[in-house]
Amino acid sequence: MNVSVNWLSEFLRRPLDAAEVAARLGSLGAPADAIVPLHAGLGDIVVGLVESAAPHPNADRLRVCVVDDGSGTRRSVVCGAPNVTAGRRYPFAPVGATLPGGLRIEKRKLRGEVSEGMLCSARELGLGDDHHGLWELDTDAAPGTPLGAAVPLADTRLVLDVGPNRPDLLGHKGVARELAASYGVQFRLPQLPGSGGGTMAAPARAGAAGATGGVAVRIEDADGCGRFLGAVLRGVRIGPSPDWLARRLEAVGVRSINNVVDATNYVMFELNQPMHAYDLATLRGARIAARRARAGERLRTLDGVDRALDEEMTVIADAEGAIGVAGVMGGMGSEVSAETRDLFLECAWFDPARVRRTRRALGLSTEASFRFERGVDRWNGAEALRRCVELIQLTAGGDLAPDPVDLASAVTHPPRIFLRPSRVAQVLGVELTWSEIERCLVAVGATVVSKPDDGRIAVDVPGWRPDLVTEIDLVEEVARIHGYDAIPDDLRPARPGAQREDPAFGRAAQLRRALVAEGLFEAAALPMTGAAADSVRILNPLAATEGHLRASLLPGLVRLVELNWASQVRDVRLFEIGTVFAQGESGAPPRETLRLAAVITGARAPAHWSDSARTDCDIWDLKGLFERVGALVAPGNAIVPVGGALVARLDGRDAGRAGPLDADAPPWAAPLFGLELEVQVGVGTAAAYRPLPVTPAVGRDVTLLLPEELAAARVTAELAGAGEPLLEAVAVTGEYRSGDLPGGRRSVTFHLTFRATDRTLETPEVDRAESRLLGMLDRELGVHRRDQGAPAPER
Amino acid sequence: MTEPRHDPSDLSPLRARLARVGALDAAALAAERIAVLGRKGGELTALLRTLPSLEADARRAFGAAVNELKQAFEAAFDARAAALDAARRAREAAGIDLTMPGRGRWIGAEHPVTRVIAEIVELFRELGFVVATGPEAETEWYNFGALNFPADHPAMDMHDTLYLDVPEVPGDRGGRVLLRTHTSPVQIRTLLESGPPVRVVIPGLAYRNDPFDASHAPAFTQIEGLAVDEGISFVDLKATLGHFARRFFAADTRVRFRPSFFPFTEPSAEMDVGCQICGGRGCAACKGTGWMEILGCGMVHPNVLSNCGVDAERFTGFAFGMGPHRIAMLRYGIPDIRLLYEGDMRFLGQLGGGR
Ligand SMILES: [Zn+2]
Repeated sequence: MNVSVNWLSEFLRRPLDAAEVAARLGSLGAPADAIVPLHAGLGDIVVGLVESAAPHPNADRLRVCVVDDGSGTRRSVVCGAPNVTAGRRYPFAPVGATLPGGLRIEKRKLRGEVSEGMLCSARELGLGDDHHGLWELDTDAAPGTPLGAAVPLADTRLVLDVGPNRPDLLGHKGVARELAASYGVQFRLPQLPGSGGGTMAAPARAGAAGATGGVAVRIEDADGCGRFLGAVLRGVRIGPSPDWLARRLEAVGVRSINNVVDATNYVMFELNQPMHAYDLATLRGARIAARRARAGERLRTLDGVDRALDEEMTVIADAEGAIGVAGVMGGMGSEVSAETRDLFLECAWFDPARVRRTRRALGLSTEASFRFERGVDRWNGAEALRRCVELIQLTAGGDLAPDPVDLASAVTHPPRIFLRPSRVAQVLGVELTWSEIERCLVAVGATVVSKPDDGRIAVDVPGWRPDLVTEIDLVEEVARIHGYDAIPDDLRPARPGAQREDPAFGRAAQLRRALVAEGLFEAAALPMTGAAADSVRILNPLAATEGHLRASLLPGLVRLVELNWASQVRDVRLFEIGTVFAQGESGAPPRETLRLAAVITGARAPAHWSDSARTDCDIWDLKGLFERVGALVAPGNAIVPVGGALVARLDGRDAGRAGPLDADAPPWAAPLFGLELEVQVGVGTAAAYRPLPVTPAVGRDVTLLLPEELAAARVTAELAGAGEPLLEAVAVTGEYRSGDLPGGRRSVTFHLTFRATDRTLETPEVDRAESRLLGMLDRELGVHRRDQGAPAPER
Repeated sequence: MTEPRHDPSDLSPLRARLARVGALDAAALAAERIAVLGRKGGELTALLRTLPSLEADARRAFGAAVNELKQAFEAAFDARAAALDAARRAREAAGIDLTMPGRGRWIGAEHPVTRVIAEIVELFRELGFVVATGPEAETEWYNFGALNFPADHPAMDMHDTLYLDVPEVPGDRGGRVLLRTHTSPVQIRTLLESGPPVRVVIPGLAYRNDPFDASHAPAFTQIEGLAVDEGISFVDLKATLGHFARRFFAADTRVRFRPSFFPFTEPSAEMDVGCQICGGRGCAACKGTGWMEILGCGMVHPNVLSNCGVDAERFTGFAFGMGPHRIAMLRYGIPDIRLLYEGDMRFLGQLGGGR
């Protein structure tokens, strides 16, 4: 909401400082997003009096004027504007002045005549679009008076951030009311310049139908239109608005159009009541009704768009069809034009939800719909209509037809709410006096109608506050006006909650620490992706690439690796812990699972000057990471190879995968590997102490020839499962591949650790145990020791 | 291992050898140590063994002298060994430039937003809060209805919602399925699952149909808190959140509360803290106001409590919510929120170190 500080100061009848106003409104709940000084760049411009305007000797369209600019020296100014008239005052930019657009005025010759300055149009001063001629000033100020002092130009616009609950702050009167409460002063509607005050009598309330100025008016859609006031003005003269009105609208960011349209806009910004003026001559059948739109009905709205209406919309219609979409926008056919003489003025209350639905269906949000959606004052239309009639008559003349109508399909009143001061104390934590509570409520315009004899007070809330409905709404008003700052902030003891911590949070934190210790950085990609199998679609995404919820974390991480590559970063190690989504069973909401994923590519360790060779991460780095993280995520995870990748098997199902990844890689990139695992919450084995060995171990290396199809893990498992009491551990320590090897192409060295916990082993004992194991391998797997004569592979 | 050839009571030869320890090389030092102090044949060891056979007076005097000499030898041997060791290391180090860089290893780090969340959670744990979480796909009831959003009201415009292509959920708590626009549905789930007293903090992702630009993201973190019990008031709200601000930011951080609007709290407030960049003098980051908006909060709306079956006359509470992404941007001076989503190794490395 744009607010003019000048306008507010007229309400409060005192000069206001913009920054202070912003601070006070902020502490009341409507902070200023911006404070915009208006026309600060017009300091060089003065009032110039044209004493004479003679034809230019060498140019038909130019005139040579003598201008009094208050300097004592008469200036000769060449001017091309058709409306320059001797004896009138215009904005004058003397030599050396700079116009708002940056143009610097210099002394120069135009077709042989010296020109010492420039007479300006409003547009040249950044004050509107009117470029038909010079801006004729409506002032008696002495020549040389700064323009800003002669006409009310300098103003400050506050861009207020108004919550959806406060429609009253969408009008200056509402903002002034808040400020008046803050300053502790009175406020009142300002007098319009040149007006003796509105003379329209309050229209008598009627039922759902009435007539004024020969126009029959009806509310046919009582749900959509709760109140409808109408007035007929005949004989108006459409023309430009006076400067003050155009400036005032400009201060709130609205372009001046003509005196009638400007008047309706002025009232909207002053009283938060959207108004609409129809050209009475365009009305078909001298009838106006607020009714539902009919199926198939169409209307060309003021923006020139031909719109299809539906039966859920309320329209304003004449005898033949819609002439406006209620609360949203008028129709083009009944628009006020330069030829308009007679007006029908509408001032109505439309149902907020109806207007909201309509403007959404039409995709057409306007200043009017914005206000109706939030709720205008249902009971104060008469003030707005009177104000609008006064302003139109002031600027466009016209005669008001007798008996404007005020229709309401049902009699309603603003609600009465009961407030218990004990509730105020319970919620705010401070005991406020009755009189302080009453002061706060009166400040926002409420009426306290009964005194607290039964522990509560009855409060009639004002119509401009549709947000005040229940007791707690009044508690908030008391807190707001009393001041949040005035409430103490003592830290007091509190009971712990009855809730148990969700273990998933701590689990994720534990896994994060482990992955950080592995040298990986945590990433957090956007959880939306393009389409993928089983992924959940978003109905209204902003971008197709973000049209689905991720079903897996790895694609997002791969994308981040590609971004790193795009920045010439070759070594990338990222992980993410986050939610993935899968389609729910038979129409249920999506299934959400916590997953962990990691990607590694590039050097295994940072480059060091002592290592000439640079080693990149390979599948074994990935497998090691997968094993460690897999064990941490769920101790039961078994890592097994499937195809060219690795799978984590848990309770008979796949709980994770790891392997090389495809990506859009530059030629210099290293291979990319990734893993992804389900995070199991609430698992983990209890660590336990086992006695440390006190006897020495004996190690033996055995190098076995393995057939190509035999996995080393099978041999390890056979050895470990052989039941050999002296065998403590088996480790793979080497592999050698060559076509020269007999019986196969591969030999693998296993390191066997033997130990007895109660004695130091003797060599023959170890020899016998080793032989037993080798014999077992021969029987079970047909695996033999490699021939002793072959060269031993060294690693 | 020879018997001493001279008068065993004459310690002067040993004293002379003690004086020469400082000149021995490493091998000689080892041999001399064994010759003098060896457990089996050391000369001093042998002298000590003779002590029991001496007269009491002689034993006392001679014993003291021998023990003193033994300690002197031990000290001398140790000193010489240390000197030789230092000399050896210096010799070995000659030709090595120890200004050359040491060998590194990859260091990882948690995401800056994770660290902000962890810190916030930790501070609220101190105040007796525990962590609660909940699903990211919710029904309209959990995300809006239960939280007192009026149906089809402009308050919904503050929440540009992403809806999912999933059938509507029937029932009182159903409606269209959406991506939660805030973590507040977890407040509802907590109140429904366990009544008061409630003290939870709720970190998690929230989603909005916002364009991905320098200051908006369609998915971002939130952390909310909820405290419901008998006797909780606006005083507790101000005190708890002010305490948090002074712990999370500097101890002398200024705090202020301004009225605001959220459908699920009333009275509602925004909490501002003195600008962490300019210290309150006014700068571009705080738009010259000297204040930064940090969190939204308020007293839980009675309708929210009633919707969850909590007696709103007996129990009151406060709730708050803030954006760790935004706080991380403030703390680290990150100009563009997208940097927090791009996984740039250089960026994560910069912020990987300190707090
Ligand atoms: Zn600042």
